Amino acid sequence: MHHISIDPITRIEGHLKVDVTVDGGAVKEANCSGTLYRGFEQILKGRDPRDAQRLTQRVCGVCPTGHAMAASLNLDNAFGASSEIPKNGRILRNLILGSNYLQSHVLHFYHLAALDFVDVASVAEYTGADRDLLSIKTFISKGELAPFVPRYEGDYRFDTKINQELTRHYVVALQIRKLAHQMLTIFGGKMPHNCAIYPGGVFGELTVDKITSFLWHLKKMQDFIEDIYIPDVLGVATTYSDYFKIGAGCKNYLSYGVFDLESSNAEYAQKKRFHNAGAVSGLKDYSKLDASKVAESVKHSWYADSEPVHPRDGKTEPDVHRQGAYSFLKSPRYDTEVYEVGPLARMVVSRASENDKIGNVLNSALLDANLKPEDLDSCLGRHLARALEAKIVAEEMSNWLLELEPGKPLCFDAKIPEAAEGYGLTEAPRGALGHFIKIEDSKIANYQLVVPTTWNASPKDDNGKPGPIEQALIGTPVKDVENPFEVVRIVRSFDPCLACAIHMITPEGKALGEYRVS
Amino acid sequence: MATEKNVLWFQAAGCSGCAVSVLNSESPNIRNLLIDEVVPGSHISLKFMPTVMAGSGQVVLNVLKDHTEGEPKNFILVIEGSVPTFSSGAFGLLGEDENKEHIPMMKTVLELAKKADAIIALGTCASFGGIPAAEGNITGAMGISEFLMTNSVKKPIINVPGCPPHPDWFVNTVAKVILFGLPKPEEIDEQGRLKDFYGKLIHDNCPRRAHFDVGRFAKSPNEPGCLYELGCKGPVTYADCPLRKWNNGTNWCVDNGSPCNGCTESGYPDFMSPLYKKTLADNIKLKL
Repeated sequence: MHHISIDPITRIEGHLKVDVTVDGGAVKEANCSGTLYRGFEQILKGRDPRDAQRLTQRVCGVCPTGHAMAASLNLDNAFGASSEIPKNGRILRNLILGSNYLQSHVLHFYHLAALDFVDVASVAEYTGADRDLLSIKTFISKGELAPFVPRYEGDYRFDTKINQELTRHYVVALQIRKLAHQMLTIFGGKMPHNCAIYPGGVFGELTVDKITSFLWHLKKMQDFIEDIYIPDVLGVATTYSDYFKIGAGCKNYLSYGVFDLESSNAEYAQKKRFHNAGAVSGLKDYSKLDASKVAESVKHSWYADSEPVHPRDGKTEPDVHRQGAYSFLKSPRYDTEVYEVGPLARMVVSRASENDKIGNVLNSALLDANLKPEDLDSCLGRHLARALEAKIVAEEMSNWLLELEPGKPLCFDAKIPEAAEGYGLTEAPRGALGHFIKIEDSKIANYQLVVPTTWNASPKDDNGKPGPIEQALIGTPVKDVENPFEVVRIVRSFDPCLACAIHMITPEGKALGEYRVS
Repeated sequence: MATEKNVLWFQAAGCSGCAVSVLNSESPNIRNLLIDEVVPGSHISLKFMPTVMAGSGQVVLNVLKDHTEGEPKNFILVIEGSVPTFSSGAFGLLGEDENKEHIPMMKTVLELAKKADAIIALGTCASFGGIPAAEGNITGAMGISEFLMTNSVKKPIINVPGCPPHPDWFVNTVAKVILFGLPKPEEIDEQGRLKDFYGKLIHDNCPRRAHFDVGRFAKSPNEPGCLYELGCKGPVTYADCPLRKWNNGTNWCVDNGSPCNGCTESGYPDFMSPLYKKTLADNIKLKL
């Protein structure tokens, strides 16, 4: 029996600790904890509702755009403006969010995940003429390898040449993800934390030069995704093919759907979206999304509530003495079951809801890579789904761009009601994101967020079922407990974002007795 | 042979937005920052930076330990995020000690700060507390200057606020320190910011200033005119956004028709709230 505590897990967003118990060469038990609490829900109370769309972006600097969208959909709903969003406003929101999908997916693969597979040190033997690699070679020769060392050792499998090529792509991708932000900024004002998305539509200016500039930024992104990103993911898939066999999750997938394709329908669940909303159990059984089935269980969390409740009625009141609790993560469940969220969930849900465009991309990629449908439910399956999603979202963005109509409105001037409730459901790059608001006296009376990483990194629920990441880790073989590559590769395949999972967070152990809440 | 300038980048109560913004740096770009000599003869050795560093767990905690214990080492400390101080720091934890007990970020920040040659407070949270320190917070979050003052630690601190800060503001603060040493008192304003970047009022350089001067105000989103009535905080916010613009000069808030939120000021967000309402007319004397 060997206990491994990895704290911090780096190369993710935020502060995450993972504890695993290894017995007989495989993970027997796994616990995820976030280790930072900021308390956005408390800070939002009493403020002007419109400020939520600015302040909640600051929940996460990697996926702020998802929060801007969720907050604005939430406020559209509460302000009675959901069916009033001008076409231009709807499309510009999609383009801004889409740009950040591309930024986030490229960042995740190259800068957060790739160092688990690629050996940068092999550039010491580089003999070619590429300036980026020569620069890294000089850098290595000085014995100064920070921040690329220290690291886990022993399972870098590419040959020198491929390691060097992938290292070059790491550097190229630094420029490409920056380009995605620059593209976003054309309509988004600035990044991180855009200033355009707003209840009723967007702030902005729609001119032909902006459309053209966006188009050619997008073209460069598409070239990178198709020529480099997808081939690199397939390269990792070939060399580390055993990672299609480990990291299987809970086999249930949830997606709220994302990228509105119509402005008119006030009901989210009915609104036509590029990625369909829905739930899939066992990889293929599709059912329509029923948002009322979302409930947060707190049996194993340090919170005062007892029965699972819908987030609209949720409270975030820590109770550190709660019996049987082991985390400040709540456990969101759908229809009382454990669900995984993220790009894989979106792709699987869209395919199962007979979205042929997305289904075909997924199916033909499986065929090309000689994979079985169930291989998707794995560490590498998540990477593959993410890369394919980048490709199809980029393609779709170029179509949306040409539907824009300069000269027509971008924003409906929505008014703050005296009292109202609202909800906003969308998909951040990392998965299903819901914002919920209650307005009283035209101010925020309650604001709750249910974020992707709270779904994926949740603790056991009322029925004792572990969360998706915990399930993905349990049973995983660990070859070398000193260098637990398997654990960090699987955790990173979910692209965790801990700053987002703000209200799950956990001071543990002795510190708990001192946990003071006003 | 280049001199190594050691940098430790510690993330406390923040969102990683500052880190992502620095990834957007253009000249020098992030590759130059990580690998090349950032200015001739000087290379930044980024010993600790959670968003990009390869290692995880104990191996990277040891890096911090190397800098807080044993032989003194020269390094610049970059702090991103504010420091949660209530409940003995229990709201922000990083790593375990030899007794398997959580280490509060507060403790590590203090130890690192004591050993650092200088501190760069990156972003509004690290500079002034920012959103985690806003009204309603239960964590006792504070900016690094306030935190060190309450612990009677004196260190040179340069604030580089903004939510997030412009990458140029950070990169050129580092360049300035490397090339010319720590800033002189007259180069810093009363909020601890370099006047190079924060010396100008947004309002004085705003492309919509002419609208303000003749009293032409936008009343709803995307109307032409000055954004003051929509809550623009340009008249009380110091930063060079209108001149430098964002994301490689592509755009910035007011050019996009969005009111400035005042994110580089110590009063962000409370003094600037509600963000979309004119709130400051009685409090400030506008320069007309």
